[in-house]
Amino acid sequence: MSQLAEQKENLIAPGHNACAGCGLVLAARLVLNAAGPDVIVTNATGCLEVTSTNYPYSAWRVPWIHSLFENASAVASGIEASLKAQGKLGKVKVIAQGGDGATADIGMMCLSGMWERGHDILYVCYDNEAYMNTGIQRSSLTPFDASTSTSPSGKASLGNPTLKKDMPAIALAHRLPYVATASVAYPQDLEKKVKKALSITGPKYLQIHSPCPLGWGFKTALTIKSAKLAVQTGLYPLFEYENGQLISVRKIAKPQPVEAYLKDQLRFRHLFKNEEGKKQIEKIQELANQNIKKYGLTG
Amino acid sequence: MKKFWEGSQGVAEAVKLCNPEVISAYPITPQTHIVERLSQMVADGDLKSEFINVESEFSAASVILGASAAGSRAYSATTSQGLLLMAEVLFNLAGMRLPVVITCANRSVSAPINIWNDQQDAMTVRDSGIIQFFAEDNQEVYDLHLQAYKMAEDPDVSLPVIVNMDGFILTHAYEPIETITQKEADEFLPPYSPDRKLDPAQPGTFGVVADPNWYMETRYAMQKSQEAAKRVIKKITREFKQKFGRFQGDLIETYRIEGAETVVVAMGSLVGTLKDLIDEERDNGKKIGVLKVRCFRPFPEEEIREALKDVENILVFEKAFCLGLGGILYHEIRSALYMSSCRPNLKCFVVGLGGRDIPKTSLKKTLDSFGPNLPDLNFVDLKEEQIKEHLYVPVS
Repeated sequence: MSQLAEQKENLIAPGHNACAGCGLVLAARLVLNAAGPDVIVTNATGCLEVTSTNYPYSAWRVPWIHSLFENASAVASGIEASLKAQGKLGKVKVIAQGGDGATADIGMMCLSGMWERGHDILYVCYDNEAYMNTGIQRSSLTPFDASTSTSPSGKASLGNPTLKKDMPAIALAHRLPYVATASVAYPQDLEKKVKKALSITGPKYLQIHSPCPLGWGFKTALTIKSAKLAVQTGLYPLFEYENGQLISVRKIAKPQPVEAYLKDQLRFRHLFKNEEGKKQIEKIQELANQNIKKYGLTG
Repeated sequence: MKKFWEGSQGVAEAVKLCNPEVISAYPITPQTHIVERLSQMVADGDLKSEFINVESEFSAASVILGASAAGSRAYSATTSQGLLLMAEVLFNLAGMRLPVVITCANRSVSAPINIWNDQQDAMTVRDSGIIQFFAEDNQEVYDLHLQAYKMAEDPDVSLPVIVNMDGFILTHAYEPIETITQKEADEFLPPYSPDRKLDPAQPGTFGVVADPNWYMETRYAMQKSQEAAKRVIKKITREFKQKFGRFQGDLIETYRIEGAETVVVAMGSLVGTLKDLIDEERDNGKKIGVLKVRCFRPFPEEEIREALKDVENILVFEKAFCLGLGGILYHEIRSALYMSSCRPNLKCFVVGLGGRDIPKTSLKKTLDSFGPNLPDLNFVDLKEEQIKEHLYVPVS
C-alpha cells in the first residue's frame, strides 16, 4: 500500500485551487506525504505557490515559506543553518522546491550555491517543462520542438529549438550524494526516492516529471497516461545516482515509439502536419534512443 | 573599557555582542573587513554563529531571511552593488516583517565603477520598508548595532534595520571605542524569541499570496509600524543612554542650534566635519548650528520641522542625489517644511560623490557664498575643466 493511502491526512490539504488534472500538485502531495510532518518547506514562486496560499487560506499542513522566484534554495540554506544552530537539524528536515523555470533558469545560481556548500537539504524540481504560471512560456527544461507561447510553432518555427538542459548532470557535477528523477506516473517509486533522499545527509536533487494538462494541451484525465508514456518511450528516464554512481533505472520492457507520447499533446501537434514535422519526430525518437542506450533502459 | 579599533572591527565586535545565530555575507569592498573579522571570530570559536559563505549578496540576504523566519537572529553586511543585488530580497524581508540587521558600508553605485564612499546605495532602497540609520562615527556605529536589533525586534516595529556607515571613512578608520561587556549587552538586548516561526510543532504559512483584497492592508500595516518605530527608537536610545551614558541622537541630533540663523544638515561621517566647522564659525560670532539626520527611515518630519522652525538659511549637504530631481534629503526636508509657517532659504549641496574628499575649506567656502539666488541643486568642488575636456553635457 502506498504512503498516500496510509496517510490519514494529506500534508497538502485539498483546498488548493490548482487546475483539474494538475501533475504538479499531485507530485507535491506525494513528496510531502512521503517526507512526513517533521519538515520545513521553502517554495519558489510559481503555480504551486500561488494555487496553495491565497491569503487567508493555505493548503499547507507543514511549516512552509515562499520568498521569491529565484531564492528557494538560499532561503532553505538559511533555515538549515538556523536549525543547526538550534540543534534541531536532522529531527527536522528541509525541503526546497520549485518548478523547472525556478530551478534550472532563474534559481540556478542560488541552487548551485546551496549544493556547493553542502547543506542538508532535499531540492525537488517539479518539471512541467515550461513557465505555466505566467502562461506557458518556454524554460530551459522545455523539450525539443515543443510549442509554447514564447517558442511557438509557425511557418518559420518548429517550436522550441533547444534541447532540455541536463539538470541531473549539473547536480552530479556538484558531487551530490543523491540525484534522482521520478514521475507522477510511478508514485511508489517517487515516494521511495523521497524517503531515501531524506535518509541521506547533505544536498539532494530530485526532478519529478509533472504533466500540465493546460500547458501541454491534453485532456485532464490523461495526466498519468502522459507521464507514463514519457517514461515508456525513453524520453523521461527514471534513474537514481548515489555518490555519483548510477544505482537504479526503471526498465522499459518494450519501448513505445515517441509518437505515442507526442500525439495526445497540442504542444507537439505541429509535428504531425507535414513531412518536415515527421523528420523532427525522427530526431525526437533519436533523443529517446540515446536515453535508452545511456541508461540501459531495455537491458 | 576603551579600545582603539578599526571601524569594521567595531562592527564585528558589536555584532558578536548581539549573538546572531546565523551570519551570511558575500565579500565586497569596503565591507570586507567586517565579515573577515566575524569569520575569524567563528573560526576561533569565540562566536557561536553559523557563518554561511554564499555565492552572491542576493543569496546572503535570502539566507538571513530563511534563518530569521526559522527563529534565529541573523546578520549580514554589504555595500553598493551588493546592496542593489539584495534589493529584491530587502523588500521581501520588510514585507515579511523579519527583524534582521544589515550593515551597509556606504559606497557609490556603478557606472562608472567606483569603490569609494558616497551614500547613493542606501538611497536606492529607501522605499523598501527597512529602517535606516546613518552613523556619524565609529562609536555610534558600535552602539547602533545593539540598538538596531532591539528596535527591529520590538513587536511594534518588526522590520529589518540597515545601519549605514561611510565606506573607508568609517570602516577603515581607527578610533577609540568605549566598549560594552557581554553581560551588559545581554541585559540590554534579550535573546530573540519570536512569536511566529517556521516550526513543525506549529506549522504556519509564510510569504502568502495577497490578492487585491488584502495587499493594500499589509502595506498600510507596515506604514503604521514605521510610524510606531519613531516612538520605539526614542525609547530605546533613552534606555541606552541610561545604561551606557551615551546618546548620539535618536531620530535626529542637533548641535549648537540654539538661536541659529543658519543650519547645515547632513547624514553620516560628514556631520563630524561640519561640527568642527560650526565650532569655528560660532567662535567667530556666527549664529549657526548642525542638524544630523540619524534616522532616515522612518523620516523624522516633525522633529526636523521643530528643529528648523526659526531658521533663515538651511544648507543640506548630500552624498547622493536623485538623477532627474536633485537632492533626496533636501527634497524630504523641503517637504517637511511645507507645513511650516517659515520659508527659509533652502539649498542642496551635493558633495563627495564617489569618494571625492570633502575638505573643511570647501564647506566653509560653500557657507560663505551661500545666498537665496543660488540654484536649488549645487555641486561642490565640481571640476569644470574636466567636464569641458572629457564629457558631453548638452545645453539645457
